Amino acid sequence: MTTLTLPTRKAEEWRYSDLDALAAIWPTPAPTRIDVGAGETARHHLLQDAAEGAAAVHDYAISIADGARCDFHVLNIGGKFGRVTFTVTLGKGSHFELNGAIIGGGDQTLEIITAVTHAEPDATSGQTIRSILGQRATGSYLGSINVARDAQRTDAFQSFKAMLLDRTATANAKPELEIYADDVKCAHGATVGELDRQALFYMASRGMDPATAKTLLLKAFVAGVFDDVADEAVKDRLEAAAIAKLETLV
Amino acid sequence: MMLKIDNLTNEIDGKAILKGLSLSINAGEIHAIMGPNGAGKSTLAYTLGGRPGYDVTGGDVSFNGVNLFSLEPHERAAAGLFLGFQYPVEIPGVSNLQFLRESLNSQRKARGEEPLSGGEFIKLAKEKAGLLGLDMEMLKRPVNVGFSGGEKKRAEMVQMGILDPKLAILDETDSGLDIDALKIVGSGINAIMRKPEKAVLLITHYQRLLDYVKPDFVHVLAGGRIVKSGGPELALELEREGYAEVVAA
Repeated sequence: MTTLTLPTRKAEEWRYSDLDALAAIWPTPAPTRIDVGAGETARHHLLQDAAEGAAAVHDYAISIADGARCDFHVLNIGGKFGRVTFTVTLGKGSHFELNGAIIGGGDQTLEIITAVTHAEPDATSGQTIRSILGQRATGSYLGSINVARDAQRTDAFQSFKAMLLDRTATANAKPELEIYADDVKCAHGATVGELDRQALFYMASRGMDPATAKTLLLKAFVAGVFDDVADEAVKDRLEAAAIAKLETLV
Repeated sequence: MMLKIDNLTNEIDGKAILKGLSLSINAGEIHAIMGPNGAGKSTLAYTLGGRPGYDVTGGDVSFNGVNLFSLEPHERAAAGLFLGFQYPVEIPGVSNLQFLRESLNSQRKARGEEPLSGGEFIKLAKEKAGLLGLDMEMLKRPVNVGFSGGEKKRAEMVQMGILDPKLAILDETDSGLDIDALKIVGSGINAIMRKPEKAVLLITHYQRLLDYVKPDFVHVLAGGRIVKSGGPELALELEREGYAEVVAA
């Protein structure tokens, strides 16, 4: 991603991106490297809340050594174009866990792109992404899992759910599994839906105004994404930012 | 007069359901509407509650002197209308307590009242849950998720107790209840709503709830209209003779 030529939409991983916004900050810096040593546990988070109109690209190259674990929490809500990518390589018996939320409105283009490589046997990975999109926003999740020939007993999953608040908003989801080992569990699921109208009427019938009712349903939709953030202060900050963003959309 | 329905007509998907329904309810009264399947009983409840898709095509409804149809569904609730659902809706991820506190405080805000604090609210919720024999632990769980039919109906009545409406329209609250649950729900309705300043409209298919909640008036709804009205004895007559007989008479 350090090439000097601006990418085009022909490249799959840039297919839904806002390349005009990207041009303003191109070329982007080299990826942030995270190396988790054998047997260690690392916890990281990112709150992507760039200013309105700005472009922000955060690339992570994560290497998780044998028996190690890396937990990453990401909230992608800021800027005109906000892109967060993870290129992950898993060692023997290691684990990678990504929990993320994309919440966008206006003309925002927000995306999370992952490429997780199970290079060795017995590693596990989980990716849970929730996306809420209103107005003309576009939110994308492109997740690829690559299981090497020797990576037997790999156990990997991806779960993506998107909620569209307006008919003009767009959600893209693209799971991609490339498996060369034969003793592997890989699960992926993607759904795109709207707020439950029956629930909204039920809430209104109890006196809840529409904005409060929608906010409550949306909070419930993203609840869980930040549940296991170990640092309470970080957890509070991510949850507060998510709720504040939600409230601008209802 | 608390509720005055005058010649109400409506449509769902272009099909006329209510065809000139009139009914008046005063404070202090309990009315029961009975009728065969497809008569428009639930449609009446949803139309009064303002459910989207239940289009009013004619007639007037005033609720304590206000044109009910000038109010959004949540404003109707704040004005004191409570709709008990035949099939209470499940809301995963939202606890009953959160749901009810937001509802109550939305209503209070709309009426220009101060919100209840967390402590005040919990005290109120405990009291009302106790009245209906519902464990407080149930109220910590998501709204109606995993509740049995009887638990859903009891939870509805706890909601009614907490929201303290002026008029409750209860749509087949007795369906799915065994006899013990029916007694509890019936005594809950009496404790919460049988007051001089309140009124109830019970919509039911069967007489059995009326053994526990004694109506002052009973109406028969058929073909989108009230075709017969009377006292509590009318419910017994319906039970004995069947709708067809009474409607034809």
